[in-house]
Amino acid sequence: MASPPFSYAVVKDAKVLMVGAGGIGCELLKTLALSGFPDIHIIDMDTIEVSNLNRQFLFRQSHVGQSKAKVARDAVLKFRPHIDITPYHANVKDPEFNVDFFKQFNVVLNGLDNLDARRHVNRLCLAANVPLVESGTTGFLGQVTVHVKGRTECYECQPKPAPKTYPVCTITSTPSKFVHCVVWAKDLLFAKLFGDKNQDNDLNVRSSDGASSSENVDDVFERRKDEDIDQYGRKIFDHVFGYNIELALSNEETWKNRNRPKPIYSKDVLSDELAQQNGNLEKNCACDDELSVSAMTSLGMKNPQDIWSLRENSKIFLEALRIFFTKREKEVGNLGFDKDDQLAVEFVTAAANIRAASFGIPLHSLFEAKGIAGNIVHAVATTNAVIAGLIVIEAIKVLQNDIESCRMTYCLEHPSRNMLLMPVEPFEPNKSCYVCSETPLSLEINTNRSKLKDLVEKIVKAKLGMNIPLIMCASNLLYEAGDVEDDMIAIYEANLEKVLAELPSPVTGGTMLTVEDMQQEFVCNINIKHREEFDEEKEPDEMVLLGWIQPVSAAENKDKSVDNGGSTTSDAVVTAVESEKDDEITIVSTLKKRKLPDEIDISSAPADVKHQKQLEVIDDEDDLVMLDGDLDSFKKRRLS
Amino acid sequence: MHKIQSSKAQLIYSALLFGLSCLALFFMWIQRGFCLGMERDGEELTAQETALYDRQIRVWGADAQRRLSKAHVLVYGMKGTVAEFCKNVVLAGVGSLTLVDDRVATEEALSSNFLIPPVENVYGGKTLAELCCNSLKDFNPMVRVSVEKGDLSSFGVEFFSKFDVVVVSCCSLSAKKLANDKCRKLSKRVAFYAVDCRDSCGEVFVDLQDYKYSKKKQDETIECDLKYPSFEDALSVPWRSFHKRMSKLYFAMRVIEKFEEAEGRGAGEVSIADLSAVLKLKKDLCTGQSLNESHVPDTLLERLVTNATEFPPVCAVIGGILGQEVIKAISGKGDPLKNFFYFDAFDGKGIIEDISAN
Repeated sequence: MASPPFSYAVVKDAKVLMVGAGGIGCELLKTLALSGFPDIHIIDMDTIEVSNLNRQFLFRQSHVGQSKAKVARDAVLKFRPHIDITPYHANVKDPEFNVDFFKQFNVVLNGLDNLDARRHVNRLCLAANVPLVESGTTGFLGQVTVHVKGRTECYECQPKPAPKTYPVCTITSTPSKFVHCVVWAKDLLFAKLFGDKNQDNDLNVRSSDGASSSENVDDVFERRKDEDIDQYGRKIFDHVFGYNIELALSNEETWKNRNRPKPIYSKDVLSDELAQQNGNLEKNCACDDELSVSAMTSLGMKNPQDIWSLRENSKIFLEALRIFFTKREKEVGNLGFDKDDQLAVEFVTAAANIRAASFGIPLHSLFEAKGIAGNIVHAVATTNAVIAGLIVIEAIKVLQNDIESCRMTYCLEHPSRNMLLMPVEPFEPNKSCYVCSETPLSLEINTNRSKLKDLVEKIVKAKLGMNIPLIMCASNLLYEAGDVEDDMIAIYEANLEKVLAELPSPVTGGTMLTVEDMQQEFVCNINIKHREEFDEEKEPDEMVLLGWIQPVSAAENKDKSVDNGGSTTSDAVVTAVESEKDDEITIVSTLKKRKLPDEIDISSAPADVKHQKQLEVIDDEDDLVMLDGDLDSFKKRRLS
Repeated sequence: MHKIQSSKAQLIYSALLFGLSCLALFFMWIQRGFCLGMERDGEELTAQETALYDRQIRVWGADAQRRLSKAHVLVYGMKGTVAEFCKNVVLAGVGSLTLVDDRVATEEALSSNFLIPPVENVYGGKTLAELCCNSLKDFNPMVRVSVEKGDLSSFGVEFFSKFDVVVVSCCSLSAKKLANDKCRKLSKRVAFYAVDCRDSCGEVFVDLQDYKYSKKKQDETIECDLKYPSFEDALSVPWRSFHKRMSKLYFAMRVIEKFEEAEGRGAGEVSIADLSAVLKLKKDLCTGQSLNESHVPDTLLERLVTNATEFPPVCAVIGGILGQEVIKAISGKGDPLKNFFYFDAFDGKGIIEDISAN
């Protein structure tokens, strides 16, 4: 056998950086320490929460609110006192973690929870030429991949699944799944009532009296001075669940092939005793301020797993709204939905359920609604432990400089070809990857209409994931973020507001822009193509970035083609094609991200045309995984 | 700004939780007092449990979580892999975990075990089970962790009846068979697992006896019935009847196991000095079973005798897979593996082998 045994010598001399001290991170730090790694640095910006404790085993109840990186360090030093662990309670995107910082490590190990940070670390590893072992888990599924510059593909060589989006009309008018109702309740109704009033919102705010008359009608959501809060609550209820549904019903065309929703008015669901009841509650709440943050508590409902009746949902809706406007008045106007905000979750659950009832969609418990609204990723300790073990195994191979033996490993829920852990040879770098190759991108844009600001926000930051960008046209600096000299600030500010063709160094069709991120030490070129017209529905940004995602050509796939895109129930679908000789296996894999029941037929817009008018479910927190959802039709490519 | 708000919310939330859980405990206490011995099957998870287990309930559901909280697990042999397993099931929230291992802690036994501080004046004189118990209790206050003294072979059938799951490790072939047989003598089903890691390889054996479960496929529910052989029956399946690609580790582990038994050694008490004797035994076994010797590479045996100690990343992998399997068996959710699992860090494959008489 050619492969050398695992050598402790490389471990003893290694200095490693771990990014993330969460689900995978805790397991990883423990396994690294046990395996004899003497010098470990760990970055995590998060603090400990109760829902972490069932798997992030280095943390205890008493640590809630403290830095994950620091507590993890202390816990591991208890059983391995003689190693060095350096914690950073900080964001890996902070400028102190620059290329020089990364260069001091022999390998970087990711246990991250979001795409943005993963891309950032990928670029720093490429710039510093440090190998990266990347990982992710969701439920029983997990994966570990190895990225070595020039030898294997980088983290961004393959397209990543775009955030789930829903067409606006599905959310505003024709929901067919519970998730549509949750998005409506969270992104439209909650935002309208408690969020920033200046934000665009697709909710119809016109009242029945105003609709027919003139343009300047009253906004129903404006609460009149001294308006009784219970009356206001009922007015909102009747407007969004009653009147707006009636209005929608009047458009016969919409309901030709759909079930007609039924309007729900508060008086039909709740008898008039409510007003009286609320009065009583007010008295009860006054004596215990702490409990009044929850509408469930104040109504005596306990189990988050229960599915409430329409009547109960209506009571929660009104009670939560009342509490927001009385006990949390100061926050109203700048609240964003937070899944750890109990009252916000209660409100969104109730509103989503009432809407669901109206549209004949099955109601859900608070527990389920919270999972959907907060986009909570399923997580168990065992998968994280397995993945952490696999990361260390790959890290040791990398340290031995035995890249030939490195594998991408998938942890599966249902065995494929008798394997629960499936190793796959890493792919070679994608030659047209805009991150690790020098292939330019091209951008179709109306250079007479789009401003530099649009380009910076919608393309450079949102799509290219740059943190502190700098934009150059030929040798002229058009824009620079970060620490800029005072006299330049005004110039850049002015440039941002100019349309491209009118910049000091005009950007028109045929211009090549150079975009650079100083921190990531990442440069790429963008060829500008002027285009006059854009499809308002499909291309609302009026920009189309090409080369950003390489479509995988099906014709290229000479191995047995696998397309399990249509499968619905299995969480992971992987097919291996075994070759005749030795133990070598040739693998064609399709891994699907674990799906929430309601997610299955989400219409996904083409990833390069991110539809601004669509509502996004933003991934946040915890062990979010980017299982490479679109790993379809790859063929094995040997490392050269 | 946003951060500050959310941590404030957290504080309020945890204060609330604390209040609620005190309340819940109070009610449970009253309930206990009044309806002692009553079947509490329909009982709901407490707010505290729901908050703590939130993420995993989203994976396997509240029903499965309730079943977990009523399961009693026994482990024997407290080395690295079992320590990993214990951590996993304690975090998952089983009802109780009982540890058996009277061996006194030595530096070697601690090498892959994160439950014990490697400080002589802490571990000195105590048994492995006692030391691990102290740490594990800390992981999840809702799980009862305790120590039972004694030798695995000396426990009677009655003893095993107290458990739903039995996991044994670091013990002789005969002790494994004996424990497995005692579990099988009971009228209730006790899930039996044997697990071992050597060098960068690991093995798991599963015996769920007659295991029925249902699973959903597309929209229909399929009833599944798996019949597991005992450890002894599985080992007696003739080698020549196996498929060609049978994991080489299966044979290698049997050779080493036989060697240790023949020499009267404890589990893992082999060294490079034994290599020639082990290779001779391999030749004899292969001849007796009419198996081509190439199925049991000498290099693999060499690895296993040279380094009988556990490799921590493999402990994590095997302890994780074993934890997952035990959770599946208790909760009735998911396809359990039948009946051997192998992992070798060299090729990175985690393979299931079904070794049954038919």
